[in-house]
Amino acid sequence: MLVALLGLITAGTTSAADLSASGLPPIEPYCQWQQTDFMINEPLCGLKGDATRGRAIATDGSRGNCVACHDMPFTDVEGYGTIGPSLAGIGARYPEGYIRLRVVDAKSVNPLSIMPGYYRDPSKIHRPAKMLEGRTFLAAQQVEDVIAFLMTMK
Amino acid sequence: MMDNKALFAAVLLGVLLASPVIAEKLSGYAFVKDETRAMQDDDFANPGLLAMEKGAALFNTPFRPGGKTCAECHGEDGEKLDVQRIAGYPIYDPDSREIVSLQSRVNTCRSRIADDILPTNHPDLIALETFVRHRAQGVPVNVNTAGAERQALLTHGEELYKTRYGLIDMSCHVCHTVYAGQHVRGQKISQGQTNGFPTYRLGTGEMASLNLRITQCMDLMRAEPFPPDSEEMKLLEYYLSARSNGLPIETPAVRY
Repeated sequence: MLVALLGLITAGTTSAADLSASGLPPIEPYCQWQQTDFMINEPLCGLKGDATRGRAIATDGSRGNCVACHDMPFTDVEGYGTIGPSLAGIGARYPEGYIRLRVVDAKSVNPLSIMPGYYRDPSKIHRPAKMLEGRTFLAAQQVEDVIAFLMTMK
Repeated sequence: MMDNKALFAAVLLGVLLASPVIAEKLSGYAFVKDETRAMQDDDFANPGLLAMEKGAALFNTPFRPGGKTCAECHGEDGEKLDVQRIAGYPIYDPDSREIVSLQSRVNTCRSRIADDILPTNHPDLIALETFVRHRAQGVPVNVNTAGAERQALLTHGEELYKTRYGLIDMSCHVCHTVYAGQHVRGQKISQGQTNGFPTYRLGTGEMASLNLRITQCMDLMRAEPFPPDSEEMKLLEYYLSARSNGLPIETPAVRY
Protein backbone atom coordinates (compact mmCIF):
# COMPACT_ATOMS: atom_id res chain seq x y z
CA MET A 1 0.00 0.00 0.00
CA LEU A 2 2.72 2.44 1.03
CA VAL A 3 4.81 1.34 -1.92
CA ALA A 4 1.86 1.91 -4.25
CA LEU A 5 1.28 5.35 -2.73
CA LEU A 6 4.96 6.24 -3.13
CA GLY A 7 4.74 5.04 -6.70
CA LEU A 8 1.83 7.40 -7.32
CA ILE A 9 3.66 10.33 -5.78
CA THR A 10 6.78 9.56 -7.79
CA ALA A 11 4.74 9.29 -10.99
CA GLY A 12 3.17 12.67 -10.25
CA THR A 13 6.52 14.31 -9.59
CA THR A 14 8.02 12.82 -12.73
CA SER A 15 5.40 14.32 -15.00
CA ALA A 16 5.83 17.74 -13.38
CA ALA A 17 9.60 17.39 -13.71
CA ASP A 18 9.16 16.42 -17.35
CA LEU A 19 7.24 19.63 -17.95
CA SER A 20 9.99 21.84 -16.56
CA ALA A 21 12.64 19.70 -18.28
CA SER A 22 10.88 20.36 -21.59
CA GLY A 23 12.21 23.90 -21.28
CA LEU A 24 9.46 26.14 -20.01
CA PRO A 25 10.96 28.80 -17.74
CA PRO A 26 8.64 31.19 -15.86
CA ILE A 27 7.01 33.86 -18.05
CA GLU A 28 9.15 37.00 -18.14
CA PRO A 29 7.59 40.46 -18.25
CA TYR A 30 7.54 41.76 -21.84
CA CYS A 31 10.07 44.54 -22.47
CA GLN A 32 8.66 47.29 -24.70
CA TRP A 33 10.89 48.45 -27.55
CA GLN A 34 11.09 51.56 -29.73
CA GLN A 35 11.23 51.50 -33.50
CA THR A 36 13.16 54.36 -35.13
CA ASP A 37 13.78 54.54 -38.90
CA PHE A 38 12.96 50.82 -39.28
CA MET A 39 15.45 49.90 -36.58
CA ILE A 40 15.45 49.01 -32.87
CA ASN A 41 18.68 50.56 -31.69
CA GLU A 42 18.44 49.76 -27.97
CA PRO A 43 19.05 46.13 -26.88
CA LEU A 44 15.91 44.45 -25.50
CA CYS A 45 15.58 45.06 -21.74
CA GLY A 46 19.10 46.56 -21.91
CA LEU A 47 20.60 43.06 -22.15
CA LYS A 48 23.98 42.18 -23.65
CA GLY A 49 24.11 39.31 -26.15
CA ASP A 50 26.55 36.41 -26.26
CA ALA A 51 27.54 35.31 -29.79
CA THR A 52 28.47 31.74 -28.81
CA ARG A 53 25.10 31.10 -27.21
CA GLY A 54 23.50 32.88 -30.16
CA ARG A 55 24.99 30.46 -32.67
CA ALA A 56 23.58 27.51 -30.71
CA ILE A 57 20.12 29.12 -30.61
CA ALA A 58 20.20 30.01 -34.34
CA THR A 59 20.90 26.41 -35.35
CA ASP A 60 18.72 24.59 -32.77
CA GLY A 61 15.54 23.20 -34.35
CA SER A 62 13.54 23.74 -31.16
CA ARG A 63 14.73 27.32 -30.50
CA GLY A 64 15.74 29.92 -33.11
CA ASN A 65 15.96 27.47 -36.01
CA CYS A 66 17.13 30.23 -38.42
CA VAL A 67 18.58 27.52 -40.67
CA ALA A 68 15.08 26.16 -41.33
CA CYS A 69 14.41 29.03 -43.72
CA HIS A 70 17.73 30.81 -44.25
CA ASP A 71 20.89 29.60 -45.90
CA MET A 72 23.74 30.06 -43.45
CA PRO A 73 27.42 29.50 -44.15
CA PHE A 74 27.80 26.42 -41.92
CA THR A 75 29.09 23.00 -42.80
CA ASP A 76 28.32 21.33 -39.46
CA VAL A 77 24.57 21.99 -39.43
CA GLU A 78 22.06 20.00 -41.43
CA GLY A 79 19.42 22.26 -42.80
CA TYR A 80 18.52 23.76 -46.09
CA GLY A 81 15.99 26.54 -46.37
CA THR A 82 15.14 28.74 -49.34
CA ILE A 83 12.31 30.75 -47.76
CA GLY A 84 14.32 33.72 -46.53
CA PRO A 85 17.44 35.44 -47.88
CA SER A 86 20.89 34.03 -47.14
CA LEU A 87 22.35 35.27 -43.87
CA ALA A 88 25.95 35.03 -45.10
CA GLY A 89 27.74 38.27 -44.28
CA ILE A 90 24.60 39.74 -42.68
CA GLY A 91 26.62 41.56 -40.02
CA ALA A 92 28.50 43.47 -42.71
CA ARG A 93 25.40 44.25 -44.74
CA TYR A 94 23.04 45.72 -42.12
CA PRO A 95 23.31 47.74 -38.93
CA GLU A 96 22.53 45.95 -35.66
CA GLY A 97 19.31 47.92 -35.08
CA TYR A 98 18.02 46.90 -38.51
CA ILE A 99 18.64 43.22 -37.77
CA ARG A 100 17.10 43.54 -34.29
CA LEU A 101 13.78 44.77 -35.68
CA ARG A 102 13.63 41.89 -38.22
CA VAL A 103 14.31 39.29 -35.52
CA VAL A 104 11.95 40.88 -32.98
CA ASP A 105 8.96 41.49 -35.25
CA ALA A 106 9.55 41.41 -39.01
CA LYS A 107 5.82 41.89 -39.61
CA SER A 108 5.96 45.37 -38.12
CA VAL A 109 7.93 46.31 -41.27
CA ASN A 110 6.26 43.99 -43.75
CA PRO A 111 2.84 42.64 -42.73
CA LEU A 112 3.00 40.02 -45.51
CA SER A 113 6.30 38.61 -44.28
CA ILE A 114 6.34 34.90 -43.48
CA MET A 115 8.99 35.42 -40.80
CA PRO A 116 7.88 34.69 -37.24
CA GLY A 117 8.38 37.54 -34.76
CA TYR A 118 10.75 36.07 -32.20
CA TYR A 119 9.94 38.76 -29.65
CA ARG A 120 6.51 39.80 -30.84
CA ASP A 121 4.10 41.25 -28.31
CA PRO A 122 2.26 38.11 -27.04
CA SER A 123 -1.04 40.02 -27.12
CA LYS A 124 -0.73 40.17 -30.93
CA ILE A 125 -0.48 36.39 -31.31
CA HIS A 126 -3.64 34.70 -32.56
CA ARG A 127 -4.52 31.36 -30.96
CA PRO A 128 -1.20 30.50 -29.28
CA ALA A 129 -0.85 27.00 -27.79
CA LYS A 130 -2.47 27.17 -24.34
CA MET A 131 0.74 26.24 -22.55
CA LEU A 132 2.58 29.05 -24.39
CA GLU A 133 0.08 31.83 -23.78
CA GLY A 134 1.70 35.13 -22.75
CA ARG A 135 5.11 34.01 -24.03
CA THR A 136 7.39 35.26 -26.77
CA PHE A 137 8.99 32.73 -29.12
CA LEU A 138 12.45 33.47 -27.69
CA ALA A 139 13.34 35.16 -24.43
CA ALA A 140 14.79 38.69 -24.69
CA GLN A 141 18.23 37.37 -23.71
CA GLN A 142 18.07 34.72 -26.46
CA VAL A 143 17.15 37.36 -29.04
CA GLU A 144 20.12 39.49 -28.00
CA ASP A 145 22.37 36.40 -28.16
CA VAL A 146 21.21 35.68 -31.74
CA ILE A 147 21.78 39.31 -32.76
CA ALA A 148 25.27 39.27 -31.23
CA PHE A 149 25.98 36.15 -33.26
CA LEU A 150 24.54 37.56 -36.51
CA MET A 151 26.73 40.64 -36.09
CA THR A 152 29.82 38.36 -36.10
CA MET A 153 28.90 37.06 -39.58
CA LYS A 154 30.89 39.51 -41.65
CA MET B 1 18.06 58.80 -63.07
CA MET B 2 15.51 56.22 -64.04
CA ASP B 3 12.16 57.73 -65.00
CA ASN B 4 9.01 56.60 -63.19
CA LYS B 5 7.80 54.25 -65.92
CA ALA B 6 11.12 52.43 -66.14
CA LEU B 7 11.27 52.18 -62.36
CA PHE B 8 7.72 50.79 -62.24
CA ALA B 9 8.54 48.22 -64.94
CA ALA B 10 11.71 47.18 -63.11
CA VAL B 11 9.85 46.77 -59.81
CA LEU B 12 7.04 44.82 -61.49
CA LEU B 13 9.52 42.51 -63.20
CA GLY B 14 11.27 41.96 -59.88
CA VAL B 15 8.00 41.08 -58.16
CA LEU B 16 7.07 38.64 -60.93
CA LEU B 17 10.47 36.94 -60.88
CA ALA B 18 10.49 36.71 -57.09
CA SER B 19 6.96 35.29 -56.91
CA PRO B 20 7.28 31.61 -56.04
CA VAL B 21 3.58 30.75 -56.51
CA ILE B 22 3.08 27.55 -58.49
CA ALA B 23 -0.11 27.78 -60.52
CA GLU B 24 -0.42 24.09 -61.36
CA LYS B 25 -2.21 21.80 -58.90
CA LEU B 26 0.29 19.14 -57.78
CA SER B 27 0.02 16.17 -55.42
CA GLY B 28 2.36 16.08 -52.42
CA TYR B 29 4.00 13.22 -54.36
CA ALA B 30 5.67 15.87 -56.54
CA PHE B 31 7.36 17.48 -53.53
CA VAL B 32 8.80 14.52 -51.60
CA LYS B 33 12.24 13.01 -52.21
CA ASP B 34 12.82 10.31 -54.83
CA GLU B 35 13.34 7.61 -52.18
CA THR B 36 10.02 8.56 -50.52
CA ARG B 37 8.22 8.23 -53.84
CA ALA B 38 9.87 4.84 -54.39
CA MET B 39 8.72 3.73 -50.93
CA GLN B 40 5.14 4.76 -51.69
CA ASP B 41 5.15 2.97 -55.03
CA ASP B 42 6.50 -0.31 -53.65
CA ASP B 43 3.74 -2.44 -52.10
CA PHE B 44 6.30 -4.25 -49.97
CA ALA B 45 7.95 -1.07 -48.69
CA ASN B 46 4.96 1.25 -48.18
CA PRO B 47 4.28 1.22 -44.41
CA GLY B 48 0.81 2.67 -45.04
CA LEU B 49 -0.25 -0.69 -46.41
CA LEU B 50 0.12 -2.17 -42.92
CA ALA B 51 -2.58 0.24 -41.74
CA MET B 52 -4.64 -0.71 -44.76
CA GLU B 53 -4.32 -4.43 -43.92
CA LYS B 54 -5.25 -3.70 -40.31
CA GLY B 55 -8.29 -1.84 -41.66
CA ALA B 56 -9.18 -4.79 -43.87
CA ALA B 57 -9.06 -7.11 -40.84
CA LEU B 58 -11.25 -4.72 -38.79
CA PHE B 59 -13.65 -4.48 -41.75
CA ASN B 60 -14.15 -8.24 -41.45
CA THR B 61 -14.33 -8.39 -37.62
CA PRO B 62 -17.67 -8.04 -35.79
CA PHE B 63 -17.83 -4.85 -33.69
CA ARG B 64 -19.31 -6.98 -30.92
CA PRO B 65 -18.84 -10.75 -30.47
CA GLY B 66 -21.41 -12.45 -32.65
CA GLY B 67 -22.45 -9.09 -34.19
CA LYS B 68 -22.29 -7.74 -37.71
CA THR B 69 -19.17 -6.78 -39.68
CA CYS B 70 -18.71 -4.01 -42.25
CA ALA B 71 -18.05 -6.76 -44.78
CA GLU B 72 -21.53 -8.25 -44.43
CA CYS B 73 -23.00 -5.22 -46.20
CA HIS B 74 -20.03 -3.87 -48.15
CA GLY B 75 -18.24 -7.07 -49.25
CA GLU B 76 -15.14 -8.75 -47.88
CA ASP B 77 -12.84 -6.37 -49.77
CA GLY B 78 -15.30 -3.49 -49.60
CA GLU B 79 -16.08 -4.19 -53.26
CA LYS B 80 -19.69 -3.09 -52.85
CA LEU B 81 -18.62 0.39 -51.77
CA ASP B 82 -19.04 3.08 -54.42
CA VAL B 83 -15.55 4.44 -55.14
CA GLN B 84 -16.99 7.63 -56.65
CA ARG B 85 -18.74 8.39 -53.37
CA ILE B 86 -15.56 7.59 -51.40
CA ALA B 87 -13.72 10.16 -53.56
CA GLY B 88 -16.33 12.77 -52.58
CA TYR B 89 -15.50 12.88 -48.85
CA PRO B 90 -15.80 14.91 -46.73
CA ILE B 91 -19.38 15.57 -47.87
CA TYR B 92 -21.85 18.23 -46.86
CA ASP B 93 -25.09 16.58 -45.78
CA PRO B 94 -27.93 19.05 -46.44
CA ASP B 95 -30.34 17.10 -44.18
CA SER B 96 -28.24 17.25 -41.02
CA ARG B 97 -26.56 20.47 -42.24
CA GLU B 98 -23.22 18.99 -41.28
CA ILE B 99 -19.89 18.24 -42.89
CA VAL B 100 -19.34 14.49 -42.68
CA SER B 101 -15.82 13.07 -42.88
CA LEU B 102 -15.11 9.50 -43.91
CA GLN B 103 -14.20 8.74 -40.29
CA SER B 104 -17.53 10.04 -39.02
CA ARG B 105 -19.34 8.13 -41.79
CA VAL B 106 -17.71 4.89 -40.60
CA ASN B 107 -18.78 5.78 -37.06
CA THR B 108 -22.38 6.35 -38.19
CA CYS B 109 -22.36 2.79 -39.53
CA ARG B 110 -20.86 1.49 -36.30
CA SER B 111 -23.41 3.32 -34.15
CA ARG B 112 -26.31 1.96 -36.24
CA ILE B 113 -25.31 -1.67 -36.00
CA ALA B 114 -23.46 -1.87 -32.71
CA ASP B 115 -23.75 1.40 -30.79
CA ASP B 116 -19.96 1.41 -30.71
CA ILE B 117 -18.18 4.45 -32.08
CA LEU B 118 -14.46 5.18 -32.03
CA PRO B 119 -12.99 8.58 -31.16
CA THR B 120 -11.82 10.64 -34.14
CA ASN B 121 -8.26 9.67 -35.14
CA HIS B 122 -8.29 6.46 -33.07
CA PRO B 123 -5.71 4.21 -34.82
CA ASP B 124 -8.44 1.64 -35.60
CA LEU B 125 -10.62 4.33 -37.16
CA ILE B 126 -7.69 5.66 -39.23
CA ALA B 127 -6.99 2.06 -40.32
CA LEU B 128 -10.61 1.65 -41.44
CA GLU B 129 -10.51 5.03 -43.17
CA THR B 130 -7.28 3.99 -44.93
CA PHE B 131 -8.83 0.71 -46.08
CA VAL B 132 -11.97 2.41 -47.42
CA ARG B 133 -10.19 5.34 -49.07
CA HIS B 134 -7.66 2.96 -50.65
CA ARG B 135 -10.59 1.38 -52.51
CA ALA B 136 -10.73 4.64 -54.49
CA GLN B 137 -7.01 4.75 -55.31
CA GLY B 138 -6.56 6.38 -58.71
CA VAL B 139 -10.02 7.96 -58.68
CA PRO B 140 -9.86 11.78 -58.84
CA VAL B 141 -10.93 13.62 -55.67
CA ASN B 142 -14.43 14.86 -56.31
CA VAL B 143 -15.87 16.91 -53.46
CA ASN B 144 -19.28 18.36 -54.24
CA THR B 145 -19.08 22.15 -54.09
CA ALA B 146 -22.46 22.94 -55.68
CA GLY B 147 -25.00 25.28 -54.18
CA ALA B 148 -25.02 28.33 -51.94
CA GLU B 149 -24.74 26.42 -48.65
CA ARG B 150 -21.60 24.55 -49.76
CA GLN B 151 -20.08 27.71 -51.23
CA ALA B 152 -20.63 29.54 -47.93
CA LEU B 153 -18.90 26.73 -46.04
CA LEU B 154 -15.98 26.74 -48.49
CA THR B 155 -15.61 30.51 -48.13
CA HIS B 156 -15.49 30.11 -44.37
CA GLY B 157 -12.94 27.26 -44.76
CA GLU B 158 -10.78 29.44 -46.99
CA GLU B 159 -10.81 32.20 -44.36
CA LEU B 160 -9.53 29.71 -41.80
CA TYR B 161 -6.89 28.57 -44.34
CA LYS B 162 -5.69 32.15 -44.63
CA THR B 163 -5.67 32.97 -40.91
CA ARG B 164 -2.35 33.10 -39.05
CA TYR B 165 -2.02 30.94 -35.95
CA GLY B 166 0.34 30.46 -33.04
CA LEU B 167 3.72 31.83 -32.02
CA ILE B 168 5.12 31.03 -35.48
CA ASP B 169 2.24 33.14 -36.75
CA MET B 170 1.78 31.50 -40.14
CA SER B 171 -1.36 30.59 -42.04
CA CYS B 172 -1.76 27.43 -44.12
CA HIS B 173 -1.87 29.79 -47.11
CA VAL B 174 1.54 31.37 -46.48
CA CYS B 175 3.37 28.03 -46.62
CA HIS B 176 1.23 25.84 -48.87
CA THR B 177 0.18 28.43 -51.46
CA VAL B 178 2.76 31.23 -51.47
CA TYR B 179 5.88 29.21 -50.59
CA ALA B 180 4.99 25.75 -51.95
CA GLY B 181 8.04 24.23 -53.64
CA GLN B 182 10.49 26.10 -51.43
CA HIS B 183 12.66 24.27 -48.91
CA VAL B 184 12.30 24.28 -45.14
CA ARG B 185 15.11 22.52 -43.33
CA GLY B 186 15.84 20.29 -46.29
CA GLN B 187 12.21 19.35 -47.07
CA LYS B 188 10.14 20.79 -49.89
CA ILE B 189 6.89 22.46 -48.85
CA SER B 190 3.93 20.83 -50.58
CA GLN B 191 0.75 22.52 -51.73
CA GLY B 192 -1.12 20.90 -48.85
CA GLN B 193 -3.19 18.72 -51.19
CA THR B 194 -5.25 15.99 -49.55
CA ASN B 195 -5.34 13.18 -52.12
CA GLY B 196 -2.81 11.04 -50.22
CA PHE B 197 -4.64 10.85 -46.87
CA PRO B 198 -4.58 8.91 -44.68
CA THR B 199 -0.85 9.10 -45.16
CA TYR B 200 2.14 7.34 -43.65
CA ARG B 201 4.41 10.05 -42.22
CA LEU B 202 8.16 9.52 -42.09
CA GLY B 203 8.38 12.45 -39.66
CA THR B 204 6.27 10.70 -37.00
CA GLY B 205 6.51 7.06 -38.08
CA GLU B 206 2.72 6.86 -37.91
CA MET B 207 -0.36 7.15 -40.04
CA ALA B 208 -2.02 10.54 -40.16
CA SER B 209 -5.53 11.32 -41.29
CA LEU B 210 -6.06 14.79 -42.75
CA ASN B 211 -7.65 15.77 -39.44
CA LEU B 212 -4.59 14.62 -37.47
CA ARG B 213 -2.21 16.24 -39.97
CA ILE B 214 -3.88 19.63 -39.48
CA THR B 215 -3.48 19.17 -35.72
CA GLN B 216 0.22 18.33 -36.19
CA CYS B 217 0.68 21.41 -38.41
CA MET B 218 -0.96 23.66 -35.82
CA ASP B 219 1.19 22.13 -33.05
CA LEU B 220 4.24 22.93 -35.15
CA MET B 221 3.04 26.54 -35.45
CA ARG B 222 2.91 26.52 -31.61
CA ALA B 223 -0.79 27.19 -31.95
CA GLU B 224 -3.72 25.73 -30.03
CA PRO B 225 -5.08 23.18 -32.51
CA PHE B 226 -8.78 23.14 -33.31
CA PRO B 227 -10.30 20.14 -31.50
CA PRO B 228 -10.72 17.12 -33.84
CA ASP B 229 -14.54 17.34 -33.93
CA SER B 230 -14.80 21.14 -33.96
CA GLU B 231 -16.64 23.06 -36.65
CA GLU B 232 -13.39 24.84 -37.64
CA MET B 233 -11.62 21.52 -38.19
CA LYS B 234 -14.50 20.25 -40.35
CA LEU B 235 -14.49 23.46 -42.40
CA LEU B 236 -10.73 23.21 -42.97
CA GLU B 237 -11.00 19.55 -43.98
CA TYR B 238 -13.86 20.33 -46.34
CA TYR B 239 -12.12 23.33 -47.92
CA LEU B 240 -8.77 21.55 -48.27
CA SER B 241 -10.38 18.46 -49.80
CA ALA B 242 -12.40 20.49 -52.31
CA ARG B 243 -9.19 22.35 -53.16
CA SER B 244 -7.72 18.96 -54.21
CA ASN B 245 -10.57 18.14 -56.60
CA GLY B 246 -9.24 16.39 -59.70
CA LEU B 247 -6.08 14.94 -58.14
CA PRO B 248 -6.06 11.11 -58.20
CA ILE B 249 -6.33 9.50 -54.76
CA GLU B 250 -3.03 7.91 -53.62
CA THR B 251 -4.04 6.48 -50.24
CA PRO B 252 -1.91 5.39 -48.51
CA ALA B 253 0.66 7.96 -49.61
CA VAL B 254 4.09 8.29 -47.99
CA ARG B 255 5.06 11.81 -46.97
CA TYR B 256 7.55 13.50 -44.72
